[in-house]
Amino acid sequence: MERSTLNLWVGIFVLLGFFAFLVLAFKVGNLSAGGSGQTYTLVANFDNIGQLKERAPVRSAGVLVGRVKSVRFDPIHYTAEVRMAIDTQFKFPKDTSASVLTSGILGEQYIGLEAGGDDQMLKDGDQIKLVQGAVVLERLIGQFLFNKAQDSSTAKGAQK
Amino acid sequence: MVLESTLRNIRLVGDGTLKIVERIGATVVFLGLTLTQSATSFRRFDLVIREIFYAGVQSLIIILVSGLFVGMVLGLQGHETLQNYGSEQSVGVLVALSLVRELGPVVAALLFASRAGSAITAEIGLMKATEQLSAMEMMAINPMARVVAPRFWGGVISMPLLAMLFSAMGIIGGFLVAVVLIGVDDGAFWSQMQAAVDFRHDIANGIIKSLVFGIAVSAIATFEGYEASPTAEGVSGATTRTVVSSSLAILALDLVLTAFMLKGWS
Repeated sequence: MERSTLNLWVGIFVLLGFFAFLVLAFKVGNLSAGGSGQTYTLVANFDNIGQLKERAPVRSAGVLVGRVKSVRFDPIHYTAEVRMAIDTQFKFPKDTSASVLTSGILGEQYIGLEAGGDDQMLKDGDQIKLVQGAVVLERLIGQFLFNKAQDSSTAKGAQK
Repeated sequence: MVLESTLRNIRLVGDGTLKIVERIGATVVFLGLTLTQSATSFRRFDLVIREIFYAGVQSLIIILVSGLFVGMVLGLQGHETLQNYGSEQSVGVLVALSLVRELGPVVAALLFASRAGSAITAEIGLMKATEQLSAMEMMAINPMARVVAPRFWGGVISMPLLAMLFSAMGIIGGFLVAVVLIGVDDGAFWSQMQAAVDFRHDIANGIIKSLVFGIAVSAIATFEGYEASPTAEGVSGATTRTVVSSSLAILALDLVLTAFMLKGWS
């Protein structure tokens, strides 16, 4: 085969491959919506994190602002220490509250941040004080049944 | 009697195992030898370009068409199951993640091994059978540098490109079936996909996989060709061995790589 045709075909092939890479990176992946890529760390201690995993989303008002960096058991306070990597373009006030929420009924768990009204902003490595752990379904049902039982017993007591 | 035949069978198992280990070791040594002889390939890059044409460009049709079909089937099957849970929009996530993480690199590498790897083995094996390699040595040309290394690098460069084309084509196929044919919402299809597919963890890892598969397939193909017995049966046997051992190597390496990528390298 002639040299120039060979080069042409290989050139087309390489360009096609590069184009496929761009499609994958920007159309399929999240490289375009990745934000600045720079993050700072916030720490929160929850009494229960449910099924929260590393790289779970951190959302504020439903919008993705960061991801969970690590989950660790804190042996001193007996809580789950969650470190979050938050995009540097989003700053949160000192009295921001964090809670473990679930998207949908069976969906993945994520951390919801609700901004407070403080003038001072959280800095890298700061601790979020106001936290709310995951709702455990078994405990919820147990509490519901317990309340029901109590209600019916008091109702019976009233009838007597 | 019984003891003797049992011993013989155990010996056969041992012999087979040793032969397999020997062959893996020889392939790795050959890969190292190829790498040390690669300088010529980069000084005369037109040699590699020629091999990219034969390994990469000529595999384009089979890769693109298979990618499209695999993506379409994923779209159909995914939609069929996901609609039971009322989440048929997630079919984009399913198609994209399975292609980018697994099917793209693995199926493209399997196709590449049977399309290009076997051709490389047959070519080098036939060169050996017709004593072209010995003729080169007579002219003080190192066949490792002139014949083996360019084919190796051609394969290594082609493989990631082919895998990415396979994935991209598959996602287009999934899009065609799910959105155009079945009528899943267009915006939800892409936005859920983009929310779920991470560049570093999914796309970059897929490319690393395909690069490793490219190295494995090219090394096995060139090794089998170079070590083929110089007869018609020898070349045909070597071609078969290339396809079988590269397919096994791809699947085994995929398991190891996936385990490390999901659980971290530590």
